[in-house]
Amino acid sequence: MTGGAALRVTDLACARGGVTVLDGLTFDLLRGQALVLRGPNGIGKTTLLRTLAGLQPPIRGQISLPPESLAYAGHAEGVKAVLTVEENLRFWAAIHGHRDIEAALRAMELAPFRDRQARYLSAGQRRRLALARMLVAARPVWLLDEPAVSLDAASVAGFARVVTAHLAAGGAALIAAHGDIGLPGAPTLELAPYRLTRAPRGAFDEAFG
Amino acid sequence: MIALVGRDLRLALRSGGGFGLGLAFYLLVAVLVPLGVGPAPATLAAIAPGILWVGALLACLLSLDRLFALDAEDGSLDLLATAPIPLEGVVAAKALAHWLTSGLPLVLAAPVLGLLLHLPPPGYGPLVLSLLVGTPALSVIGAFGAALTVGLKRGGLLLSLLVLPLYVPTLIFGAEIVKRAAAGLDSAAPMLLLAGTTAGAAAILPFAAAAAIRINLR
Repeated sequence: MTGGAALRVTDLACARGGVTVLDGLTFDLLRGQALVLRGPNGIGKTTLLRTLAGLQPPIRGQISLPPESLAYAGHAEGVKAVLTVEENLRFWAAIHGHRDIEAALRAMELAPFRDRQARYLSAGQRRRLALARMLVAARPVWLLDEPAVSLDAASVAGFARVVTAHLAAGGAALIAAHGDIGLPGAPTLELAPYRLTRAPRGAFDEAFG
Repeated sequence: MIALVGRDLRLALRSGGGFGLGLAFYLLVAVLVPLGVGPAPATLAAIAPGILWVGALLACLLSLDRLFALDAEDGSLDLLATAPIPLEGVVAAKALAHWLTSGLPLVLAAPVLGLLLHLPPPGYGPLVLSLLVGTPALSVIGAFGAALTVGLKRGGLLLSLLVLPLYVPTLIFGAEIVKRAAAGLDSAAPMLLLAGTTAGAAAILPFAAAAAIRINLR
């Protein structure tokens, strides 16, 4: 990988449900950088993240990054309701070949709930558990889809601290977000210019506009 | 992968239903058939090998639709697909966990249910052995079917239709082993064919299932 780029995207086009939503997307995600994806609903933020995570193939273009360097957290948290917080986290740690989960529990302030079944967690606590999973995955590039949804102000600040620490350690993060994620200095990438314009749809909208 | 097997076992035990459902169904079949067919020992002994194998097969089928559907719903499948273990390994681990929670209990319960069906004494050993060799194939084939239908709402019906024809060789060889053994004949040939079916399914289908999941995740 040349320079400080942790992830390099060149002329990427990606599709959702067979319809190309984004086209001509080119950007670098540098080490130590958190890039915030912005854009209205349906622009393709989640589609872009899923494409980068390798869950769906791109229509066109290149994604270059070192192998096994991505950790992805989507809308669905992947939390098993009948397992405890600790068991959920230990499982993901084991999958990624690690054992230590204490640091992640402490960082996301989940230690008091470690023996509680995940079904009794609040929405914000489940979110924090999903973010703790990113910590035990211990991979340099984080792809986060709406990480701050249902987090209170204190938890958003905690999230921002965790991301900042991750960046300081040489990591990088690509974050799709609408609301405040507590990272005021982070550069943003507005996706609207890359929206694929579809003529028939546009004409339809104009007729009612 | 051991962690994945361990998690699935724990989930099956915690959420109750999944673990006992197949076993309860198998018990019901073995109890209800004599009531329906009549208690004549000769009739029961003649149909026992077939009933015991059909019952085990259908009991295995019961819990298949949850194999990947639950992980797909809560997003775990996406995360497993991006995890450092290969998806083929995920499929194999989940099939193994399915066998441990639904296949193995059937194997252990089969001799007791054989008693209810007047299975002739020489049939018991081969019954347990044939189920032990054959039920892993049911789980692996089932995992492939579950992978094909993972993105579908109410995929259970389609899953049964897809999987049932693939179960036929296992059923024929398995029931044949028990039938021959109960009649005092040599059952080595169907046993080898059954073992071959299981080995072939276990070698090929995890790859097919992983490919199906990759397509379904898009």
